[in-house]
Amino acid sequence: MRLELKGITKRFGALVANDHIDLVVEPGEIHCLLGENGAGKSTLMNVLYGLYTADEGEILLDGAVQRFTGPGDAMAAGIGMVHQHFMLVPVFTVAENVMLGHEHTRSGGRLDLEAARTQVREISARFGFHVDPDAVVEDLPVGVQQRVEIIKALARDADVLVFDEPTAVLTPQETDELMAIMRQLRDEGAAIVFITHKLREVREVADRITVIRHGKVVGEASPAASDTELASLMVGRAVELTVAKDEPVLRDNALEVEHLQVTGPDGQVLVDDVSFTVRGGEVLVVAGVQGNGQTELTEALVGLQENVTGSIRLDGRELVGRSVRQVLDAGVGFVPEDRNTDGLVGEFTIAENLMLDRADGAPFVRGGSLQLATRDAFAREKVAEFDVRTQGIDTKVGRLSGGNQQKVVLARELSRELRLFVAAQPTRGVDVGSIEFIHKRVVETRDAGVPVVVVSTELDEAVALADRIMVMYRGRVVGIVPSTTPRDVLGLMMAGIAPENTEGDAA
Amino acid sequence: MTAVTTDVRPAPDAPVQPRTVATTSYKTPTILAVVSVLLAVLLLAQPHAGDARFALSSGADFFQIPVVVVPAMATAWVCVALMALLTAFAFLRARGKRRVPGWAAALFAVLGLVAFLAWAAAGSPRDLSVVGLISGAIALSIPIVYGALGGVIGERAGVVNIAIEGQLLAGAFTSALVGSITGSPWAGLLAAVVAGILVSLVLGVFAITYRVNQVIVGVVLNVLVIGLTSFLYSQLLVPNAETLNNTPRFERIGIPLLERIPIIGQALFNQTVVVYLMVVATFAVWYGLSRTRWGLRLRSVGEHPKAADTVGIKVEATRYRALIIAGGVAGIGGAFYTVVSIGQFGKEMTAGAGFIALAAVIFGKWDPVRAALAGLLFGFASNLQNILNVVGAPVPSQFMLMLPYLVTIFAVAGLVGKSRAPAASGEPYVKE
Amino acid sequence: MSSTPTPGSAERRDAGSRHEPESLTDALGHTAPGADPGLTEELQQELARQQPEALAPAPAGDDRWREAAREIFAGRPAVAVGAVVLAVLVGSIMIAFTDEGVQEASSYFFARPGDTFAALGQAIGGAYSALFQGAVYNFRADGFARGIRPLTETLNYATPLIAAGLGVAVAFRSGLFNIGGQGQMLMSAAAAGWVGFGVSGLPLWLHLPLALVAGLAAGAIWAGIAGVLNARTGAHVVIVTIMLNYVALYLLSYLLATPGLLQAPGSANPKTPPMLETAILPRLLGGSYNLHLGFLLALLAVLGSWWLLNRSSTGFALRTVGENPRAARVAGIDVPRATVTAMLLSGALIGLAGATQVLGSVTTGFSSDIDAGIGFDAITVALLGGSSPVGVLWAGLLFGAFKAGGSAMQAGEGIPIEIVLVVQSLIVLFIAAPPLVRAIFRLPQPGARKKVSA
Repeated sequence: MRLELKGITKRFGALVANDHIDLVVEPGEIHCLLGENGAGKSTLMNVLYGLYTADEGEILLDGAVQRFTGPGDAMAAGIGMVHQHFMLVPVFTVAENVMLGHEHTRSGGRLDLEAARTQVREISARFGFHVDPDAVVEDLPVGVQQRVEIIKALARDADVLVFDEPTAVLTPQETDELMAIMRQLRDEGAAIVFITHKLREVREVADRITVIRHGKVVGEASPAASDTELASLMVGRAVELTVAKDEPVLRDNALEVEHLQVTGPDGQVLVDDVSFTVRGGEVLVVAGVQGNGQTELTEALVGLQENVTGSIRLDGRELVGRSVRQVLDAGVGFVPEDRNTDGLVGEFTIAENLMLDRADGAPFVRGGSLQLATRDAFAREKVAEFDVRTQGIDTKVGRLSGGNQQKVVLARELSRELRLFVAAQPTRGVDVGSIEFIHKRVVETRDAGVPVVVVSTELDEAVALADRIMVMYRGRVVGIVPSTTPRDVLGLMMAGIAPENTEGDAA
Repeated sequence: MTAVTTDVRPAPDAPVQPRTVATTSYKTPTILAVVSVLLAVLLLAQPHAGDARFALSSGADFFQIPVVVVPAMATAWVCVALMALLTAFAFLRARGKRRVPGWAAALFAVLGLVAFLAWAAAGSPRDLSVVGLISGAIALSIPIVYGALGGVIGERAGVVNIAIEGQLLAGAFTSALVGSITGSPWAGLLAAVVAGILVSLVLGVFAITYRVNQVIVGVVLNVLVIGLTSFLYSQLLVPNAETLNNTPRFERIGIPLLERIPIIGQALFNQTVVVYLMVVATFAVWYGLSRTRWGLRLRSVGEHPKAADTVGIKVEATRYRALIIAGGVAGIGGAFYTVVSIGQFGKEMTAGAGFIALAAVIFGKWDPVRAALAGLLFGFASNLQNILNVVGAPVPSQFMLMLPYLVTIFAVAGLVGKSRAPAASGEPYVKE
Repeated sequence: MSSTPTPGSAERRDAGSRHEPESLTDALGHTAPGADPGLTEELQQELARQQPEALAPAPAGDDRWREAAREIFAGRPAVAVGAVVLAVLVGSIMIAFTDEGVQEASSYFFARPGDTFAALGQAIGGAYSALFQGAVYNFRADGFARGIRPLTETLNYATPLIAAGLGVAVAFRSGLFNIGGQGQMLMSAAAAGWVGFGVSGLPLWLHLPLALVAGLAAGAIWAGIAGVLNARTGAHVVIVTIMLNYVALYLLSYLLATPGLLQAPGSANPKTPPMLETAILPRLLGGSYNLHLGFLLALLAVLGSWWLLNRSSTGFALRTVGENPRAARVAGIDVPRATVTAMLLSGALIGLAGATQVLGSVTTGFSSDIDAGIGFDAITVALLGGSSPVGVLWAGLLFGAFKAGGSAMQAGEGIPIEIVLVVQSLIVLFIAAPPLVRAIFRLPQPGARKKVSA
């Protein structure tokens, strides 16, 4: 089926999220929609999927104008979507998830689960998915969950398939497999829209590329274009893809982690016998696919995890068993993975957020009373220093863009006397300009002689930022290797396969 | 990237779960120990001489079981000893990093109850009627069970319903009014259903359409219904008590043969239609939620509304429909007070049953059958106080009345354990 | 893009979300659950991208006044007024329909419709005139001194509402839903009362504070139970506080029915003896007015709560926990401790309400209905007041007036006082759903102007 979007415009108040976007996707082609975080890709796809109604423009399928009042209509018309945040009910089985919304029933209104199971098995067999129809979704690994999403779309005979940032949660290997599946679907005649901001994937799989920026189509590109060309088209200016930094100057102060084990509430070992050392003046990037214990590792470092054994020594002082407050006071700066839920209070002002973890004493509190003048002066200074784009320090943080929010977190954490800096996914969901800024500040912190631990799931970032890379898989350390390690070796490590020689002597 | 050979990678469907270690939780054994000790202290501090008399039969049974007479303190101490044994067993299980089995907890509860009853009835010249204990428990549990079923339906669809109390009260009021006017308890029952639905709709308008915090709407709705019914009661029902507040009641319907089974016959099989309907409703809600398309969609909306939306399920409409059914069910529970129990309405006559129903929802882990059982349990606890009054037990009635609420506090504080509410319960759905 | 956005107007609100940030949900510190964080985030970013600094200078001159006026009509105050008007309207309808005079006249409506309207006017007018005269100023009284007496009654009724409302508000701001006002009031009344009549031989300056402190402490402890259980085991505060209400009710009934505890000696009624003179809050305006020192204490509590929430580091921690407990934890705030602190403070404020009840308003001895529904009224007061101390003050005064006037209405016009409950709950429902009130009154939507100019 041929999909055509004509002049799609979607406004949210004063914001024009999509500005007269035209797009044609032919059957049997993979059409990449490339754009930065916040360029309007997801809005466009939500219009296509009937979740939003466009203010202007129309959607055509095989030349016929469509009117979608909800996702049900879009699905009935043959559009299937693999969502970035999986649209699966975690406590339902695979079969229940696949049948939801178009259930068959037997006598007495009883659900016909058998029919759904058969359908799951058939589609699984066609693509070699190995999905058990009776497995409960929340017990499945993300890669398999994504396949359930694909099965869901195929079970409704979708001819147009939209993949919204599908690789964010996958290992490089799983990504390769997904690419293969997309090609297979294309060869069977599906029209595929592939939304991403990852240049490597685009070049690998796309038949055509459309780039959008600030809600507008800014051009088409050939899959043969270079990374630099695609990046500058996407961002609108030349982009530095690497991080400028000198050779590390190692100091004596260090973070030493030995036999660290973190156990989850239901007995899962989330961080399993992890040992490493980070010296002052170097950046250790913890790489790996999301959900392999990196989050819990960083949380253990700052005292946020409950069941921790082993030892974390910062400049010789033991941190295990201390409260978050004590860890922070020991000079640990922490940028949490999810800034909105863990790092900021959206309803608080910038000024309040800048003192969030220092509300227990001087200079912001005296005699139990907040020192508003000190706080505001500090906030004004930091807003300027960290280039936070805002109306003023009284703006609520929830109204800032992701990049500016992250700058607020950085400003807060970096303006204390630091002995260790831990940043979990500091650039996720952040625009390119802010990414460059954040990378610069991380390197500056390292050069100031502070040990730095950065968690990243993006190989590009890991390689660019790291002095050494520690890869984690299922809570264990697969290996600690220099940042010059070839990408394919790192990719294998992220799937749990250790190279021949690790820990230091890999070079 | 393409250089990677794919044959070394692990199978895609290999389990990715990290290894687990067993954890020890001493929560349950600790609670058992505390209860055992408390009971022992009670027995030591207030020993009662004499025998306890348990009456097990009613006149209509096939055959009569003689009154069981046991030495009270001895019985109680034997029970406490057995409870201590069970507690020790629970500690052993916990130390072996294993869960305390359900039968142990159940046995513990029964022993505790027997010990307590023996102690309470000691030396009383009157028999402690086990039949009365059961049938009274069922009567008192009717509004709780219906309320809890309504609560379960609402919460599974993602709407927390604190207004069960209001639905019960509205049901009680309208069934009294309509029953009195029409002279038919059935019309009263129907009116109660309508009243419950109306309260649900108001809850829906604010909680679903206007996305007001559901706890707030619930609390305020309770106040509103109390105000409305009390206002109308004083203004309309009191001056016209004969014509507007004097409804006929449902008759008891005995089920032939079954009603003559000793101990349980009279309690279970000689009841009003509302009780039989309660069993049907519990089963129907269970079947509907777990086996039908309606239930699947309803649960999807309560767990992950956005996912439901993306497969074409209308989230708000589904929630409204669920609330309407929930309101109707809770309304029946309200009708109990007037067309089953006493035939007339009184100010705030539900006296907190709606909140006990809410507790039953949680205690029953959002499962209709378990919630209904929890409702029965709470009904039993309320009735215990009546029975103990009859035998003249030395327990102040206020403490017995307190019991269901205390049990609930213990339950939410630990006994229920890690029960999981529907993920989107209490959250309005914002479609962006 | 060339528009001049309202300063401080909510860009995010425009971004497709119908959630009203000024609604109670926010006021209570429950974050609006966006359906999909990814989408919201992206929208924010698109927005920030398209409106870099957002944000034109503040409009000058006349424009600023117009802006200010618009803000007021689109914001909370207008919605609050609208909600009160709507609720009073509904109350009128109820009074009209149940009034006997109106019913009589309407039976021959088509013959003489004028009679019906006259009866309507009489019923409603009479009711509200009674309400006003009972709450503010009694015109029929001789002289100002007696005429103003209703106003002092209003302040008297408002005293526990303000104190308990503050308690609920402090818990709200900390993200906790304290529905246990009833139980906390009962326990504090029991404790304050016990000290008030049971401890004798102390001078006023010692006895009265002692009784007050006992009340505050009892309220704090009763609420603290819920706080500790929540902090330790994760037990839901809503459920625990509801259940504790009933536990308190039966506990107090027991104490009142047991000689030697709270029951008045030589009496079989479940009622306490009267308070001793040395434990009674002094009358502020002399013996002919009931207004007592409790009102000043409530005002002090407003000040204290304001400082606590807005200026103190404890309050900062509480608000952080209320808005985002996860971020609070990451920021090194001891969340369980904050939870317990919040409940203790909340309970103490509600305890103040209980103590002023028995030491100021009902000094002749009390029974188990001493809470007089104030525990639940406090929730509506806190909601109407937007959980801010100053808002709670105004809301408490308004509801105090309703209570004072409602009694007069019942006495004078025979209208059951429960109408006040109805009006009160309707006010809160309407307040909670600003879009509804705006739709009815055609008030401007916040941020609407931007949409037009975009």
